[in-house]
Amino acid sequence: ATLAGSLPRLARSADSAYDLDRFGNARILHMTDTHAQLKPVYFREPSVNIGIGSMQGNPPHLVGKAFLDRFGIRPDSADAYAFTSIEFEKGAGRFGKLGGFAHLKTLIDRLRSDVGAGRSLLLDGGDLWQGTGLANAMQGADMVDAANLLGIEAMTGHWEFTYGEQVLRDNLERFKGEFLAQNVFLTEEAAFNDAKAFDPASGRVFKPSVIKDIGGHRVAVIGQAFPYVPIAHPKRFTPDWKFGIRDEELQKLVDGHRNNDKVDAVILLSHNGMDVDLKLASRVTGIDVILGGHTHDAVPQPITVANAGGVTLVTNAGSNGKYLAVLDLDIAKGKVANVRYRLLPVFSELLKPDLAMQALIEKAREPHAAAWGDKIAAADRLLYRRGNFSGTMDQLICDALRGELHAEIALSPGFRWGTTALAGQPLTMEDVLAQTAITYPETYVATMTGAQIKDVLEDVCDNLFNPDPYYQQGGDMVRVGGLSYACTPSETVGKRISELKLNGGRTLEAGKSYKVAGWASVNEQKGTPVWDVVASHLRSGKPPNRDAPGVTLKGVDGNPGITAQQ
Amino acid sequence: AFAAANDKYPEEAFKAKSEADAIKALYGKTAEASDKVKLDAPEIAENGAVVPVSVTTTLPDVTSISFLVSENPVVLVASYKIPAGTMPSVANRIKMAKTSNVIVVVEAGGKVYSTTKEVKVTVGGCGG
Amino acid sequence: MPSTIRVRATSNGDITEVQALIQHPMDSGFVKDAKGEIISPHFIQQLTFEYDGKNVFAANWGGGVSKDPYVKFAFKGGKKGDDLKISWIDNKGATDTTTAKIQ
Ligand SMILES: [Mn+2]
Ligand SMILES: [Mn+2]
Repeated sequence: ATLAGSLPRLARSADSAYDLDRFGNARILHMTDTHAQLKPVYFREPSVNIGIGSMQGNPPHLVGKAFLDRFGIRPDSADAYAFTSIEFEKGAGRFGKLGGFAHLKTLIDRLRSDVGAGRSLLLDGGDLWQGTGLANAMQGADMVDAANLLGIEAMTGHWEFTYGEQVLRDNLERFKGEFLAQNVFLTEEAAFNDAKAFDPASGRVFKPSVIKDIGGHRVAVIGQAFPYVPIAHPKRFTPDWKFGIRDEELQKLVDGHRNNDKVDAVILLSHNGMDVDLKLASRVTGIDVILGGHTHDAVPQPITVANAGGVTLVTNAGSNGKYLAVLDLDIAKGKVANVRYRLLPVFSELLKPDLAMQALIEKAREPHAAAWGDKIAAADRLLYRRGNFSGTMDQLICDALRGELHAEIALSPGFRWGTTALAGQPLTMEDVLAQTAITYPETYVATMTGAQIKDVLEDVCDNLFNPDPYYQQGGDMVRVGGLSYACTPSETVGKRISELKLNGGRTLEAGKSYKVAGWASVNEQKGTPVWDVVASHLRSGKPPNRDAPGVTLKGVDGNPGITAQQ
Repeated sequence: AFAAANDKYPEEAFKAKSEADAIKALYGKTAEASDKVKLDAPEIAENGAVVPVSVTTTLPDVTSISFLVSENPVVLVASYKIPAGTMPSVANRIKMAKTSNVIVVVEAGGKVYSTTKEVKVTVGGCGG
Repeated sequence: MPSTIRVRATSNGDITEVQALIQHPMDSGFVKDAKGEIISPHFIQQLTFEYDGKNVFAANWGGGVSKDPYVKFAFKGGKKGDDLKISWIDNKGATDTTTAKIQ
């Protein structure tokens, strides 16, 4: 496959913005990591997304102007607003919110009808069922309804697993598409106990792939779930299942589809994260395109990766419903002759919401609308989360944890989901839940030594900056409150974190004990759910803490994964 | 009762603190790296107490397969006898105290071969 | 008392694949209990699989093998309906033995 795509010039008009030139004979639409955001959102892309080693300076580790330059996006344009953090608030005023399932539905229907019946496919890369209070309360059932109405034909998963096996299976029972995951297997105990599996002989829990007919061509779609579910989340949600990247099993699957099923194209619907997909593409042969997610990287053009069998294109389609990827394939017998790819920002104002989807969303939201709709506080500044080390929204959560739980230090997970609030915007319980709605929200207060705190920071930092992507997990750095530190991403584990200091400048002592508050622990906790802690902090009307995030970066001067504006 | 006529338990090898010492105690020689020994282990362990690892090899005349973890207090974890007629392939589950190299050693045709993979043991922490 | 050993042995005509799962604490002797006291070593040291009067597989294990050990291997031959005999002995001298039919 060769890349013949370029970014569409986005005219600020509803009629022409989404008119795409016809290309090829099969259209695959890909969305990923919507995190259950049924309504249009603001979402600020990162100003810090550092790549080190061979990843330095390469997508997805480009931000701000370096990003615009790499992808030929005009500064000050709607695309610049959608894809970067540059002058975010100004852009928000000019171009408005993005996404929303009613708007996505309109766009998807149009892009599918443009190519005609039987010539397109709609895929979702996972993290579809989690991210809002509503999805959490309904355990993802709302999103199954939305997915069915949207017409999603296949999906894979990550946060979907955090509802546990029973809920997952109940939801999938109602899902009209296929749930694909080649890399989930029964544990040895579960296999001995004859636990439910798609293929008991191999122990594969889910259907690994599906072959779809698109315009008379056979396209294999293979699902790759998030490889580290039982590490990143409490193991109790998936006690019977083993995950992992498993590229050898994947290679066998691809070879089988190529040699035995005689497919014309192979697509990997992946939730590996982009760095992992880039490495996988160099090792596994026979995949035409990897449609990737998990790391929430909005990368406008595919990256071409060479391997022993040819080349594989690797994409990543952003998050929160902001984008819809359009992969047009020109398929010949047994091969993809050419490809055109576009990552379309979904500008809600340019799309008329689909009425049926709008009705479905309103009906699902109705039972909670009153309880979650009241203003608790106003955003004192732009509140965002995404970024390698800190975000103002997470600083707010850390302040809440320290204040409400009377702790010296707060730790908050580096999640990449969670929407952005503009300065002055009212904050409701629904907004608080959009940052915190998980199935293990309990807060904790623990006594940790300085050495233990450093170990946690080192460990998470290695998950972010290990030079081998297969040893990364694809999150951002754990957020800290009441603590400052220096970080040298290019160092090795155990040596990246230094200069740990408490607020006020006292050095964190390795042997001394400190009171630490946090949430989202993989160990079972009994504390108040974090959303109640944050809401009660906001209600208290305490003056906002405007301290700058206390992370000093070392050895990354000139890295295009950092903008001057933090 | 334990009826099988097995060889003596290799006490000394199970006391070794380094992989070289353990391999020496087991085989009386050093191992040479071989790409014909395929070790399947996760990059990141889901649980350090239960790490599934397996090995298979295309080497002929395999007589023994051993698993070692370089950072464990006892480096040698398991050593298997492969009689003629048994396939040169074993899967088992091992403990890892922390991030470490897993080394698998294959004795074949009187020679000793090895391959190594790093397995990370982490507290986790999630993201996307 | 039911056996500590669970076995699945399946023959495809040429090769018999064997999986075993054994209940055993496999205490290494390096872990402390809740009171901070070392849990004394207690682990299986030797495990054998016998078919037709011959050993087809034998393990020497240390305390680094996981709790409730699992092992999988395969051997040539082995007829459906024949017996496979599995035995272990641990460092305290305890033993268990079972026979499983090849399927
Ligand atoms: Mn994810
Ligand atoms: Mn996600």
